[in-house]
Amino acid sequence: MADAVPTARARDAFAFRGAHQAGIVTPAQDRLHFAAFDVITGSRAQLIALLEAWTAAADRMTRGLPAGEVGPTEGASSLPPDDTGEAIGLPVSGLTITFGFGPSLFRDDRGRDRFGLADRQPTALRTLPHFPGDLLDPERSYGDLCVQACADDPQVAVHAIRNLARIGFGTVAVRWSQLGFGRTSTTSTSQSTPRNLFGFKDGTANVKAEETDAVAEHVWVGEDDDPQAGWLAGGSYLVTRRINMTIEVWDRQPLGDQEAFIGRTKDSGAPLSGGDELSEPDFTMPGSDGPVIPRDSHVRVVHPDFNHGARMLRRGYNFVDGTDALGGLNAGLFFIAFVRDPDTHFIPIQNRMARSDAMMEYLKVTGSALFAAPPGAAAGEYVGQALFS
Amino acid sequence: MRTPVLVAALLLATPLVAACTENAPGDAGGSGGSVDGRTITVTSTADGCELSTAQAPAGHLTFDVTNDGSQVTEFYLLGEDGLRIVGEVENIGPELSRQLVVNAPAGSYVTACKPGMKGDGIRSDFTVTESAAAPSVSADDQQLVGTALDNYRAYVQDQSDQLVARTRDFVQLYRAGDDDRARAVYPEARTHWERIETVAESFGDLDPKMDAREADLEPGQKWTGWHRIEKDLWPAEAEDYTPLTTKQRAAYADDLMRNTEILDGRVQKLSYTVDQIANGSRGLLEEVATGKVTGEEEAWSHTDLWDFQANVDGARVAFEGVQPIVEQHDPDLATALTTRFAELQKLLDAQRTATGFTFYDDLTQDHVQALANAVNALAEPLSRLTAAVLP
Repeated sequence: MADAVPTARARDAFAFRGAHQAGIVTPAQDRLHFAAFDVITGSRAQLIALLEAWTAAADRMTRGLPAGEVGPTEGASSLPPDDTGEAIGLPVSGLTITFGFGPSLFRDDRGRDRFGLADRQPTALRTLPHFPGDLLDPERSYGDLCVQACADDPQVAVHAIRNLARIGFGTVAVRWSQLGFGRTSTTSTSQSTPRNLFGFKDGTANVKAEETDAVAEHVWVGEDDDPQAGWLAGGSYLVTRRINMTIEVWDRQPLGDQEAFIGRTKDSGAPLSGGDELSEPDFTMPGSDGPVIPRDSHVRVVHPDFNHGARMLRRGYNFVDGTDALGGLNAGLFFIAFVRDPDTHFIPIQNRMARSDAMMEYLKVTGSALFAAPPGAAAGEYVGQALFS
Repeated sequence: MRTPVLVAALLLATPLVAACTENAPGDAGGSGGSVDGRTITVTSTADGCELSTAQAPAGHLTFDVTNDGSQVTEFYLLGEDGLRIVGEVENIGPELSRQLVVNAPAGSYVTACKPGMKGDGIRSDFTVTESAAAPSVSADDQQLVGTALDNYRAYVQDQSDQLVARTRDFVQLYRAGDDDRARAVYPEARTHWERIETVAESFGDLDPKMDAREADLEPGQKWTGWHRIEKDLWPAEAEDYTPLTTKQRAAYADDLMRNTEILDGRVQKLSYTVDQIANGSRGLLEEVATGKVTGEEEAWSHTDLWDFQANVDGARVAFEGVQPIVEQHDPDLATALTTRFAELQKLLDAQRTATGFTFYDDLTQDHVQALANAVNALAEPLSRLTAAVLP
């Protein structure tokens, strides 16, 4: 990358190392490439070696450097380059790379300890239960490890996953991966709220980086949360759900019905109880038939007021994976949420949503996974080091 | 071939959009009214209901209603008697705007804002003057609506009666272990459910007990109803399946029968509004689009096409009931729907067999694709039906 433009790169770079992993409270970038991996070795040493190699490569790529130390065009002509090269000349584009560990890394499906980590498996790190409306494709679900790469340029995100997958050959195999083309959440008050593929503003009430108390309360795992998983303090649980939208059917719903399903206006995103996008919804304000914000509207069903105050940091992306067999868009929302405890901050809310959210009529969940994202790696450490030491 | 048409449509649309923007809710309180006088801005406050004009030419009128009060408001256009509702828009939250579009012939009217949704509202007289764009004088809508409501109610009641009778046949055969005949009756009995599915589903306590698919269950929820028995009658594709005992069969059968009777008791008492009938027609096609055309409804029996036909029957009957009203308000829509229903029916008829329909897993991808295309072709104009039956 001899033709790099350091100023551009410096402006857009987020530090990989720190107390927490980047890519969680980082202002959500526009593009996503998310990959889940199966570990194909039984060797703990080999697994650790991979995490060391991944950490080094991620550290380099998030600074706008090539994945390997040599570079895409600088090495011997008799060798394949140690960076694949499609990011040559591209700015770092705010790239963040975030790692997570799935429940199956700790125990296999018969409960056997795979890498001597079973006694450190966090209590809440289990395969998510079946939720009503789940039509899961196992080939788009689960995984031993995950990597979330986010950037404002899709090629930069894809470059990161591609090079990490390459480094992993022999130790891990890609289980599934997902591209996302438009962020659907806002993780900073400096960002405007984008729209999901239903055409509505999404993530208005998201936990934002600037709300440091809320982030501490709802996102980061605390020191004393789980005695057997002290290594996860400062990390977070990462939930992914591939939510297909029945786009064609949704598009035929009258505007008034669409707004009633969501509980917000389509135009400004204001709650139906009035005001503007950032006005607090008034769930008691009477309408002509019950509350003006219907009881089964999405905004009400998932609102913290009806979920014991639980909030999530959502970081989802719109996706369109071409069309399905019948010519409909294979599209929806790749939901990503970071929460302190899935047992209080995700599972009950998802059940409530599946049971009583009017929007569910237009959703099918085709992929699902839960990971524990460890805290950030300090200088000289590899990501997740505390789990292995 | 399609691109130039789209481009032309977009070019045409642009000036209209621009015109709307000039009357955006943001500048309510300005002079208001559009160039042609067909857009009227309305500002509703706690004690006021201000219209940009008290007069407009006959034809399509748009009321842009903005709520500057602190309570939810409603806006009505009433007949000269102050009673007959010509058009209404409800649930306008504070600082929000909604549109009411009506097709009004010349005459005297009354407008009303109802902040807090109480009382007679804040009323004013409103005049619609003669114009070349006036709607043709229609037959008496009220009479057409009355007939449509009576007919639809009778249809739903009759289907519910038949559902009870055929479910009784089905559960007797199933309890007696006469599986071949139970399998034959299963899709026939369900036909009566599927024809009125949007009505039956409106009872949120019964639907999960009667029509839940295995994937719909939440943890701890007991699986009962049609699809539980379906799996027991068609266990060939089920992994590690343990057939139900005679005693279990009796329990599931009795439970289904009991819930069917409770449903019938409620359905017989129901009455409808004309927009509910239109919404029901639209809803039944949605059921086809999301469950039947994909073969997800009858995962074990693969009798999806029976359900498909029954949903289409119900949607068609609902449409035909309101068709005279649609022909008054939007004759082109009535024609399009008649044609598209017939085209879809032709594809379904091609799948008929001596005992019913082709099983879903025997359909080719081409058949499924053709059916899906016809469903989309019908569902798109059908999504405009509700607006076309309202005044």
